[in-house]
Amino acid sequence: MTVKQISVFLENKPGKLLDFTKLLREHEIDMQALSLADTSDFGIVRVIVDDSYKAACVLKEASYIYSITPVLAAAIPDKAGSLCDILELLNGDGINLDYAYAFTGRRANSAYIILRVDQPDKAAALLAEAGVHLVSQDELNEL
Amino acid sequence: MEHYYQPEIECASREQIRAWQDERLVKQVRHVYQHVPYYRALMDKKGVTPDDIRSVDDLYKLPFLTKDDLRDAYPYGLLAVPRSEVVRIQSTSGTTGRRVVAFYTQHDIDLWDECCARAIAAAGGTRDDVVHVSYGYGLFTGGPGLNGGSHKLGCMTLPMSSGNTERQIQFMCDLGSTILCCTPSYAAYLGESIRERGLQDKIQLKAGIFGAEAWSEEMRRDIERLLNIKAYDIYGLTEISGPGVSFECSAQTGMHINEDHFIAEIIDPNTGEVLPEGEKGELVFTSITKEAFPLLRYRTRDICVLTREKCPCGRTHVKMSKPMGRSDDMLIVKGVNVFPSQIETVLLSKGYPANYQIMVSREHNSDKLEVQVEMTPEMFSDAVSEITKREKELVEALKAMLGIYAAVKLVAPKTIARSEGKAVRIIDNRKLY
Repeated sequence: MTVKQISVFLENKPGKLLDFTKLLREHEIDMQALSLADTSDFGIVRVIVDDSYKAACVLKEASYIYSITPVLAAAIPDKAGSLCDILELLNGDGINLDYAYAFTGRRANSAYIILRVDQPDKAAALLAEAGVHLVSQDELNEL
Repeated sequence: MEHYYQPEIECASREQIRAWQDERLVKQVRHVYQHVPYYRALMDKKGVTPDDIRSVDDLYKLPFLTKDDLRDAYPYGLLAVPRSEVVRIQSTSGTTGRRVVAFYTQHDIDLWDECCARAIAAAGGTRDDVVHVSYGYGLFTGGPGLNGGSHKLGCMTLPMSSGNTERQIQFMCDLGSTILCCTPSYAAYLGESIRERGLQDKIQLKAGIFGAEAWSEEMRRDIERLLNIKAYDIYGLTEISGPGVSFECSAQTGMHINEDHFIAEIIDPNTGEVLPEGEKGELVFTSITKEAFPLLRYRTRDICVLTREKCPCGRTHVKMSKPMGRSDDMLIVKGVNVFPSQIETVLLSKGYPANYQIMVSREHNSDKLEVQVEMTPEMFSDAVSEITKREKELVEALKAMLGIYAAVKLVAPKTIARSEGKAVRIIDNRKLY
C-alpha cells in the first residue's frame, strides 16, 4: 500500500518556496507532510497533500515541473527506537532507502514516517507482515 | 628607448609601405587566382579578374572570405601551394565545421615569427631577455608564434606552455624570466599566485605580452600592479597566421598592424562597404605575403577602429583599437572560441530542449561560463542524486565539445527571457568592450 507524494522542482532562489505555498493556499490545498532537499542551485520540495490530483492540475497549469512518486507512510509509536526497528527490517531484506522524512498527526502519541524505497511493493509487504501499520491515502486525509 | 626588430620596415615611410602593398597585392591575387580554384570561382562569379587589381585602391573589388568559406573548403580547398611545400599546420579549437586549419610553408613560418619578434621588441625585448612563453603549444598558435618570435630576436626562450603554475613560478624565479607571454587571465592568475607565495622579490619580469582574449584597461592596470611590469596587447588569428598580426608599442594606444604582410580594411558588417578611416566597423584582412594559406579579404568579425595618426613610438604602420565587439555571436572564453550553436548541439544530442542561456562573467580576472537550461518533465526526478548525475553528464559533454569547463545550472521552465518570442541566448557580464 503506497501513498502519492508530489515532488516539485524549485530554483534555489529567494521567494520560490513562498510562491509555491501561495499557489497551494490559493487553491485551498492542504499539506500533510513536507520535506525539502536542496543543492546550491536547485531544490526539490516533496509534499503529501489532501488532494493530489487537484494539486497536480494546479501545478501543471502554473508551469511547475513535478512528478508523482509512490511512497510508504508508516505509523510508528512515538518512542525511542521505533524508526530503527523499521530500518532494520528493510535493511535485512536488501531494500534500499532513497530518503525518509517524518511528520506527526493530530492524534495523540502518533508519529508517521514517509519512506521512499527502491522496491515499494516488497517493502510494503514486509512491513505489513511485521505488524507495522501502513497508512492509506484515505486514512492519511483523516489524520 | 624604443626597441625595433626591423626598424627599416616598422618605421618606413607611408609611401614605401603603400608601394610594398601595391606590388605584393597584385602578385598575391595572381597567385591565388591561379592556385585556389575555390577563390577563383568567387572572383569569376563577381566578374573580377587578376588584371582588375592593379593597386590597393582596387582591393574593394575582390570578394570576401568568411568562416563559412573555410568550412566549405575544409580541409585543403584554400591551400595555394602543393602539399609538399607545407611544413606546418595550426588549428583553432572547436569542432568540425567551426575548426580552422591553416597551412604554412617555411617562408610563412618565418614571416609569422618576424611579426612576433617585432611584438617582443616593441615590449622592450632584446637578445638579453629571457622570454617565458606560457601560451599553449601544439595546434594553438599562441605558443608556437611567440616561441618563434623569441628565437628570431635571439632571446633565451622558455617553452613553458600552459598550466602547472607551480613549475611556471619556479622557472620564473630560478631562470630569471623577464618577459611573460600568455593570456591576460593567466597573467593575473600567475600574479596572484606569486603574491600568495610571497615570491614577488624573486621575480625579474619587466614586461608581458598578452593576447588571445579580450581584456579591459582596468585588467591591464591589475596585471601591471600584480606583476610590477608593463603589459602589452597582441592580436592575431589563426586564419591570418596567429598572434603578431598586430601588436602594441610603448604608447599603449592601439596595436600596429604589420602592413607589409597584411592589408587591413574596416567595412560595414551589414553592407560590406568599406568605411573611411576612423570609423568603427568590421576588420578585414588580406594576406599579401603568405604562400600556403593566403586569405584575401577575410572577414574577422571583430569590430574595431583603425588610425594612421602619428605614433610617438616612431612606427608608421596603421594602428587598430582593441576589438570592441563581434559582428557574429562568437564568444571568446578563456581564450577559446565558443559558438552558441555548439552548446545547442550538445543539449539536443543529450535530449534536452534547445532552451538555454549562456552567461559569461569574469571573477578575479578569470572567465566563467555558465549554461542555464530549463528543467523539463523528462529530465526531472524526485531524487537529487539523479538530477545531479544528469547535470554532470551534460557538463562532461560540453567540456568535450568546447574544450573548456562550463557550469550547468538548471532553472525553472519559462524563466529564460524571451524578447519578441526569440530567446536571448548570451548574457556577457564581463564588460570587455
